[in-house]
Amino acid sequence: MDEMKQVVLEYVRREYLEEDDDREVEVDTPLISGGIVDSFSMVSLKRFLEKKYGIQIPDADASPEAFDTVESIVVLVQRFGGK
Amino acid sequence: MSYSNTTRRHFACELESVREAGLFKEERYIHAPQGAEIEVEYPKGATPKRVINMCANNYLGLSSHPEVVQAAHAGLDHRGYGMSSVRFICGTQDIHRELEQRLTEFLGTEDTLLFPSCMDANAGVFEAILGEQDVMIADRLVHASIVDGMRLCKAMNDTYKHSDMGHLEEKLQEHQDKRFRVIVTDGVFSMDGDVAKMDEIVALAEKYDAMTFLDDSHASGFMGKTGRGTHEHCGVFGKIDIITTTLGKGLGGASGGCVSGRRELVEMCRQRARPYLFSNTVAPVIVSGALKVMDLLFSSTERRDKLEWNTEYWRKGLIETGLDIKNGDSPIVPVMLYNAKLAQDFAKDLFAEGVYAVGFFFPVVPKGQARIRTQLSAAHDKAHLDVALAAFRKVGEKHGILGLGKKDLVAKFGL
Ligand SMILES: Cc1ncc(COP(=O)(O)O)c(C=O)c1O
Repeated sequence: MDEMKQVVLEYVRREYLEEDDDREVEVDTPLISGGIVDSFSMVSLKRFLEKKYGIQIPDADASPEAFDTVESIVVLVQRFGGK
Repeated sequence: MSYSNTTRRHFACELESVREAGLFKEERYIHAPQGAEIEVEYPKGATPKRVINMCANNYLGLSSHPEVVQAAHAGLDHRGYGMSSVRFICGTQDIHRELEQRLTEFLGTEDTLLFPSCMDANAGVFEAILGEQDVMIADRLVHASIVDGMRLCKAMNDTYKHSDMGHLEEKLQEHQDKRFRVIVTDGVFSMDGDVAKMDEIVALAEKYDAMTFLDDSHASGFMGKTGRGTHEHCGVFGKIDIITTTLGKGLGGASGGCVSGRRELVEMCRQRARPYLFSNTVAPVIVSGALKVMDLLFSSTERRDKLEWNTEYWRKGLIETGLDIKNGDSPIVPVMLYNAKLAQDFAKDLFAEGVYAVGFFFPVVPKGQARIRTQLSAAHDKAHLDVALAAFRKVGEKHGILGLGKKDLVAKFGL
């Protein structure tokens, strides 16, 4: 679980923070409600998770709430069988 | 009829929460044609106040240009008021096709198709051209109408960090397994006024076998030495596969948009783009006015030259005043305030001083990036800009922000 958190956190930082970004992202940082990830750019994160963990996350479950923090994302990935 | 009280209450509550979040939009009534100076009724019911307009997309000052107005009148007389038809039934006049041909030449493409608006062009173009085997890779700051268009299309979508060519390259590599790749960007970004790196984008497109899509709504008519747009500005005129743009900003400001680009792609839009197929044709009056706009732009660069002069003068003036602006080459000049409340107060105070400019804050721009967006026009004279600069100085002094950079502003007002 901790390793997964680390992997997802790394991806989020690399994919969504700008080079000169002064925002910090940790496992409990609100991503969507915090304005770091929007629903338009969220798709690459979903695709990354599906590929990395060999799972399918139905669109209905890929809600902004479920994707709001690295912690909630990890819960979602595990719910769909990601290890 | 079943609009019950419960239903009504539901929507009333929803609207109340929009209001509480400070996102409620209200129109201001303007009692004049569009121009450098307008009469604005604000708040509602007040006597209209004459103000300098710093927030129109009237970049070339053609919205109320006498020759354009006259051409529109003539169009009304000769081709009537409306067509009461979509394009492909009985809504295409000779002048529609003529305008498309002029736009093709102006934009440096192979063919052009008019749409009721650029919003419609963006909503229709992706779905008309791409399918499940393809991918659209968009800059994260593209206009909302592009986001909508991409959502309506079955192709995979992906995004890259704003103007980050390294990130775009990674995405192009990642998607080499797709049939077609399309890189999607605005030319001039409407909130920041910065210009897409079209030369680098075209080079990456060539390297990774991708098509390029450019929405040049905030550039057509003035960016580049002869005003053809961002591709001319960046030295890649003639190399863009799909351009969308609007007639609703620099090019006369009435309404209408187009898809312009590779012949087959434009033809695909004529066959399949839903807003083209299922919405009414652009009115003859507007087409006639736009043809005059084309004449003016082909015959002289005077208006875009004046806009360029105004832009430099304004940018320099704001910097000398001690305001924090976003650098760039475009006539969109954001004055950064970072704090949303400050941006709102600043805009209100400017209005009291006779200058109309609007504050933007989250969610229109990222959190902590609130600003006043100013836009230049060839209709502005130096005297307008001097008055407006004096107003910015006065209001800046009042809030004690002159000479402060981002750090100081954030320390003083918070994000
Ligand atoms: C980048 C961009 N694309 C498209 C549009 C929509 O243009 P139109 O007003 O013709 O629908 C706008 C205007 O708001 C815009 O800024």
